[in-house]
Amino acid sequence: MRYAYYPGCSSHSTARDMHESAAAVANKLGIELVEIYGWSCCGATSAHQTDRVLAAALPSSNLLLARDMGLDTVVTCAACYNRMKVANREVKDSAEIRCMVADRVGKEYDGSVAVRHIIEILLEDVGLDKIKKALKKSLNGLKIACYYGCLLVRPNDVTGFDDAENPTSMDKLVNAMGGESLEWPYKVECCGGGLNLTRTDVAVRLSGSIIDMAARAGADCIAVACPMCQASLDLRQSDIKKETGLKADMPVVYLTQLLGLCLGIPLNELGLNRLMVSPANIIKQIC
Amino acid sequence: MKINGTRKSNLKQTVEELSGVRIDSCLKCMKCTSGCSVAKETKMHPSELIGLLKLGAGDEILKSDLVWMCLSCEICYGRCPMKINTASLIDALRKLAVERGTTTRKGNAPLFNKAFLGTVKQYGRSYDLQMIMHYKFGSGSLMQDTEKFPTMLRKGKMALLPPYGAKKTVVKRIFDTSPGGKGKIK
Repeated sequence: MRYAYYPGCSSHSTARDMHESAAAVANKLGIELVEIYGWSCCGATSAHQTDRVLAAALPSSNLLLARDMGLDTVVTCAACYNRMKVANREVKDSAEIRCMVADRVGKEYDGSVAVRHIIEILLEDVGLDKIKKALKKSLNGLKIACYYGCLLVRPNDVTGFDDAENPTSMDKLVNAMGGESLEWPYKVECCGGGLNLTRTDVAVRLSGSIIDMAARAGADCIAVACPMCQASLDLRQSDIKKETGLKADMPVVYLTQLLGLCLGIPLNELGLNRLMVSPANIIKQIC
Repeated sequence: MKINGTRKSNLKQTVEELSGVRIDSCLKCMKCTSGCSVAKETKMHPSELIGLLKLGAGDEILKSDLVWMCLSCEICYGRCPMKINTASLIDALRKLAVERGTTTRKGNAPLFNKAFLGTVKQYGRSYDLQMIMHYKFGSGSLMQDTEKFPTMLRKGKMALLPPYGAKKTVVKRIFDTSPGGKGKIK
């Protein structure tokens, strides 16, 4: 199992823990992640809000680098995953966009490089059986609200990730690790990440409702696969508490961090010390 | 919202061409509005926006709050029985709003985008610290979130130094060949 790995900008900033835990888990399960040499930003939300061709050109230049490696691209960030999938669709569907992208990048790209999220690799390529065999510890019935957010599942005709309204990929992994994934209604609601800096008040209300719903469903923690969701729910939790009167702490961990713990990987290699809301209480129960 | 006069605007056609989204098939079923993540916060709703565009609304629609409050969460598109991608349509409205100078200062998303893409152009990758400083100085929100900064630095959630390692020549080429001329990010 060898892949071209696109870490994304947040892996060196707000989501180092996502990058660290994904790399450690991959290493343990025999997934070889070869970092794309010279990768650049996918453009994220700002590019598609600014210009449609720019939004397709930035991911395309990276996918061209991956094409030269002859490997599928693996992404850990849900936003990069989404932008790359959309770029693939744009250059495939429209000759006009394809030409304009080629003009800007300086090379023609046909949208042919497969883009996959690390969750898809874990489920489809490694498989639950192999993961179960590699486990050293169990989640011991921890109640976990799996939160998918927007960018993995929508638009589903483009990302093709699981089900648009009730995805279960992360739930399957959580259950395989001995946890109890919760049935709850806010799996694919939006955390408001796009307004985190510009309209913090709105972002806090949206994230607050997600934490509130997870708490009411009885969650011990929320599992995420997107650095924007993680920042909205974890980094902003102090603001959410002030605004909504939420009392108890709700740890927000990457699914790869939970998996890393169950695979017996040391805490510091999973970036768990970087979380704002301490996950100490849930770590205690994992043995 | 009042639609100006009797002159029919060509805004609908312009945004349809820019986004590649056609809106004539809208059934007015309101699934977009009932699912919309920010409908509780905005005066304008997605179904209303589509309806007004169809009725011939002009540039006044570029000032509606939904244009910059939309989170691109794509619930509207995901649930639309006619597969109308309202989120992409709103991206086109944003582009026009910036070009025609109708953006508002509150929640200055164009400034945020400019700050973000500015660092991408400069380093090939986004540089949060510079982007945030640019945005904060421009929007006058200097003191917001300052209490989080020391913890973020200590926990390695904010890089002090700019990113390195990207193929900057390709990124520079992409920006330089973008409309608006060399080096300009609108």
